Formats: sequence, C-alpha cells, structure tokens
Amino acid sequence: MADEYHQNNVSSEDTETHCRPAEPGGAAVHVQGDTELNGQPPSTRVIQAEDDDDEELTLKYGAKHVIMLFVPVTLCMVVVVATIKSVSFYTQNDGQQLIYTPFREDTETVGQRALNSILNAAIMISVIVVMTLILVLLYKYRCYKVIHGWLFISSLLLLFFFSFIYLGEVFKTYNVAMDYLTLAVIIWNFGVVGMICIHWKGPLRLQQAYLIMISALMALVFIKYLPEWTAWLILAVISVYDLLAVLCPKGPLRILVETAQERDEPIFPALIYSSTMVWLVGMADGRENRKNKSSEPESPAVPDQQAEDDGGFTTSWVGQQQHQLGNLQSTEDTRREIQGMPSARPSANPSDDEERGVKLGLGDFIFYSMLVGKASAAASGDWNTTLACFVAILIGLCLTLLLLAIFKKALPALPISITFGLVFYFATDNLVRPFMDQLAVHQFYI
Amino acid sequence: MTVAVFFGCAFIAFGPALALFIFTIARDPLRVIILIAGAFFWLLSLLLSSLVWFIAVKASRQEEATAQKGLLIFGVMFSVVLQEVFRFAYYRLLRKANEGLAAISEENLSPISIRQMAYVAGLGFGIMSGAFSMINILSDSLGPGTVGIFGDSQYYFITSAFMTLAMTLLHTFWGVVFFDSCERNRWWAVAVVLSLHLLVSGLVSPSPSHRSRAVRTHNTCADKRP
Repeated sequence: MADEYHQNNVSSEDTETHCRPAEPGGAAVHVQGDTELNGQPPSTRVIQAEDDDDEELTLKYGAKHVIMLFVPVTLCMVVVVATIKSVSFYTQNDGQQLIYTPFREDTETVGQRALNSILNAAIMISVIVVMTLILVLLYKYRCYKVIHGWLFISSLLLLFFFSFIYLGEVFKTYNVAMDYLTLAVIIWNFGVVGMICIHWKGPLRLQQAYLIMISALMALVFIKYLPEWTAWLILAVISVYDLLAVLCPKGPLRILVETAQERDEPIFPALIYSSTMVWLVGMADGRENRKNKSSEPESPAVPDQQAEDDGGFTTSWVGQQQHQLGNLQSTEDTRREIQGMPSARPSANPSDDEERGVKLGLGDFIFYSMLVGKASAAASGDWNTTLACFVAILIGLCLTLLLLAIFKKALPALPISITFGLVFYFATDNLVRPFMDQLAVHQFYI
Repeated sequence: MTVAVFFGCAFIAFGPALALFIFTIARDPLRVIILIAGAFFWLLSLLLSSLVWFIAVKASRQEEATAQKGLLIFGVMFSVVLQEVFRFAYYRLLRKANEGLAAISEENLSPISIRQMAYVAGLGFGIMSGAFSMINILSDSLGPGTVGIFGDSQYYFITSAFMTLAMTLLHTFWGVVFFDSCERNRWWAVAVVLSLHLLVSGLVSPSPSHRSRAVRTHNTCADKRP
C-alpha cells in the first residue's frame, strides 16, 4: 500500500522550488529548477498525476521535506551570522563597492542617498535579468559547454579565492599564525574536493556541506560590498523579480523550467541544493544515479519503461545482488533488506524516504542568509532582530513548501520568505527592540 | 562576567527547553514545524503589542518617568492579552490542520494528537518568549563588565535566567491547559490561564527606578570595550 502511494508521490514530491544562484564577483545568474521526476519517462507521469489521493498525501510527506530544507537553511544562516558577529572584516566599510553598484551612499542628503540606492538596485537587477536571459538563451540553443564552463569558473572562484580570503580574515580575527605552505595545502584540498563534489560525484552530505559553504561565502560577499539601503532594496526587488520570472508565462525562469522538462533533463546540479542524490547531466553510468531509488523493483507498473534507462537495473538484477554482498555500497544492502521485509520498513532508511527529495536553489540560500546576516550586522547589535528574521524566513519557507505541495510545480522560494523577513526586520528593529529593552530594564517578563 | 557566567545562565534559562526539544520534538518533523509556527505566532503577538505600545509612547509626554512606567505596564498587560488571543488563534489553526491531517492519513487518524500539539505549541511560545528575554542579556554577559557595580543587585543575570526558565515552562503548561480547556469548552479555565499570565507578568517588576537606572547603566558599561 505504501509503495503505491510512494510511487504516486514521486512526481509531486520531486517538484522543486526554483533556484536563484548568484555567481561570484557579484554577477547574479538565475538558474531555474525543474520539476524533477526522478528521470522517469513522461508516460508514467500521466498515470501518477491522476490520482486524487495524491494531493492529500503530499501533506503527510511534506513535513519531512520541510525539515530537510530547514536544516541546511539554518546551517547557512548560522555560519553567516557567526562570521558576521566574530569577523569584523565583513562589517567594515572599506569604501569598496561592487562594480554593479557604482553609486555611493555616503551622501549629504537623505534624498540623494535614496536616489543612489534606487539606481544601484536598478543596475544590479538589470544585470541579473540580463544574465538570466543569456543563460536561458544558452540553454535553449544547447550551448551546454558554455554554461558548464561558466559554472565551473564561478565555483572555482568561490571555492579557492573567496574561501582563501575568508580563512585569512578568520585567522586575523583569532590571531592565528599560519604559513603560506600550510595555507596552500588547506585551500588546495578544500577547493579540489569541493569542485569534485559539486561538479562530479561525491558523498551526498559532503556535497550539501560544500553547497552550504559556498552560499554562505557568497552571502558574506554581498553583505560586505552592498551598501545598506541598496541591499534592502535589492532584496525587495529581487523577490518581485523572482515571482515574475517564475510564474509569468514568458518569464525566463519558467521558460528554462519548461525547456528542461521537455528535454527531460535535470538542471545544473552545481547550482541547486538537493536533499537527495543529485542527478548529473550527461552521466554515463545510469546505475549509480539509481542507487538511492528503491521504487523500480517495487512498482510493477513501471519496470518496462524503466528498462531503457535504468541500466539493467531490473528486479532480476536486484535478486542477483543477494549473492554479491560486499561488492555493493551500503544503500544496496539496506534496500535488499527492505525488499525482503516489505512490511517492516524502517522509517529511518534514507534510501527509501529521502529519494523523494526536494530541491532549493542556491540563490535562495544566498539571499536568505544575506537578509539574516544584514539583520545581525546592522540592527544595532541586537540579537532579537536576527532571531525574528530567522523565524520569519523559516515560516516563509514552510509556506512556500506547502504551496509547492499543493500546486506541484516550480515555485519561487524568495517572495514569501523575503517579505516576511523584511517586515520582521524593520518592525523588530524599530518597534520591538525599544519595548523589549524597557522590559529587560524593569525585568518584566511577558 | 565571563564565559562561565554565559554558559551558566544559558543553560539555566534554556537547558530544560533544549532537553524537551531534543528528546521529544527533534525527531518528528511535524512537531518541529508546529514548534516554529508557535514561535512565529508569539512573535506576531509581540509585534502587534509593541506597535501599540510604541504609538502610545509617541503620543504621550515623554519626560515623565511615571507616565512611561505606567505606559510600560499597560504595554505588558496588553501584550499578555494579545498573546493569549494569538494562542487561541493558533489553537483554531491547529484544529483545522489536525482535521486535514486526519483526512489524508490511511486510518483516518491524525499522526499527532491535539494534546501533543498543545504541548509543542506551548513550548514554541515559551522558547520564543525566553529567547527574546534572555538573548541580549546573554550576549552582554560575554563582554567585560561587572554586574551591579553601581550598587544594585549583582544577581541580575542569574535572576533573569531563572525567570526565563520559569516563563518558558509556564508557557508550555499554559499551552496545554489552554488547548485542553478550549477542547472541552471550559472557558473558566481559559480565563484562569489568562489571569495567571497577567499575574506572573505583573508580579516580577522590581519597584524603584534607581535600580532600573543602575541596571541600564551597568548594561551600557558592559557594552563598552576597554
């Protein structure tokens, strides 16, 4: 019984919220997530989508996916806030700004400052829009090599250069002496393992950790180099843009999603955080992609359609694995045990529950962390504001995932969370903080 | 004021809540979501009540200390009432969600009972209330300074930590009692919860303003870096 629901839910559970990655150097590129269907051919989608129980059951599985995203988002925010609070480099105003925000905010009048920040935000957003359009065009005309080269170079920059700067600043803060040779070895290893994990294969947790780290690094860059009002304006405008780009029929990100769906390809794993095994474009060995999926041997409806792209991974092959202990990875073992005892499925089995994972774009991570980081940097040293923004963003993410479960198509993850975050930031900083300060002074507890 | 004070006060204030979270809530995703949504509802109530207080303060004459104190007490009472209103709103929301969850499950049984939800919601309120009361004090305790150097109580941090602990646990219990009495339509019990909350919040105000000035001063001293 659970199998059928499990099978039926594959199509709905793998819809992803769209992603908004930002490339290093301040150039932001938007890559869209797609409705990931575990690589199943389109014909099975029709069977699965018709079941009405589908819709209601998604809520039951939804709680787990929400937590699967809460944890990485929380970790990213914790890293950013911890860095902001301890390493002063990222809150210092060196006078440098990104080339995309040329107007300065240290002007004499408030009006001039407002105007400058509006212009900065406009330039930044137009850069983002142009980059997105270029990306969509490249994708549409199948210039995969260009896209991959671009992503490769940008993650190279993030993993080596920005982490070198970050490490240097952390050492300065804690007064740790480090010779260049050791530093070179550390950075080299960190960077190369990161490139391998993100662009090729690697353990899932390590890949997730690297994605979180590069999102945090990018958010820190934004926090440092974007002036105050510009940063808030950019956050507000980008959530509006996100909404439009993903939901409007002619929006670039929606076009990207639909093209990817037509071609039945997953999109750029380097820019999407996935809570399950990531599907790599052009990966030759189909078997390894299916390692974490237990649905094929259990669903009688699909093995024929699966045959051509499951790499020989049929039920008979699975039966043969009984004799091949030790040649396989642990997920195979647990799955074999599961298949042997269908009624006693342990709920903690990762290969069973997490394969219907959910994806969130790295850009979403970056902007959430940027909001919380800015809140902790700018809110007059107040932790309440940071906490309020954190809770607001998590609730926004929860609501977004709820909508995802209901509508089952790619949704923008920024608008709701960023709106809540901004509202709570300004409200807490200006209204709640004086109230709580007064309460603390008089030792009132409410 | 040292790291020892920081950890001591942190564990006094948040230890039981953390233990409750780890052992009863962390494993179940649905409970975690209910917890965070509870925290969000508390936050909303705080936001609205501080908006009202802020408007009242701006509209009043700001020189008189007694008027400000009176407004603060009014703010506290209003905040308590609003918190209970939001607790009731959260109860209604959870009831609806419970029915939805029951409808979609296989045996028509919700995976979580209203009592568990009451406990989790109460804990959510409590954790958020405690965090908002205590976090700034904790971060101040990490820095240099001496508590009560100007002659007032040296136990400010410890008493704050204990009060935070008490409020966290009280919110949890009030959540359970509140939801249960709403379920059974015992409105007198709801009134008891409300009045107890008002009592506790109104009870713990230290009286003289000189202490508040000294406390504020010591906090400002604590923020200065040598």
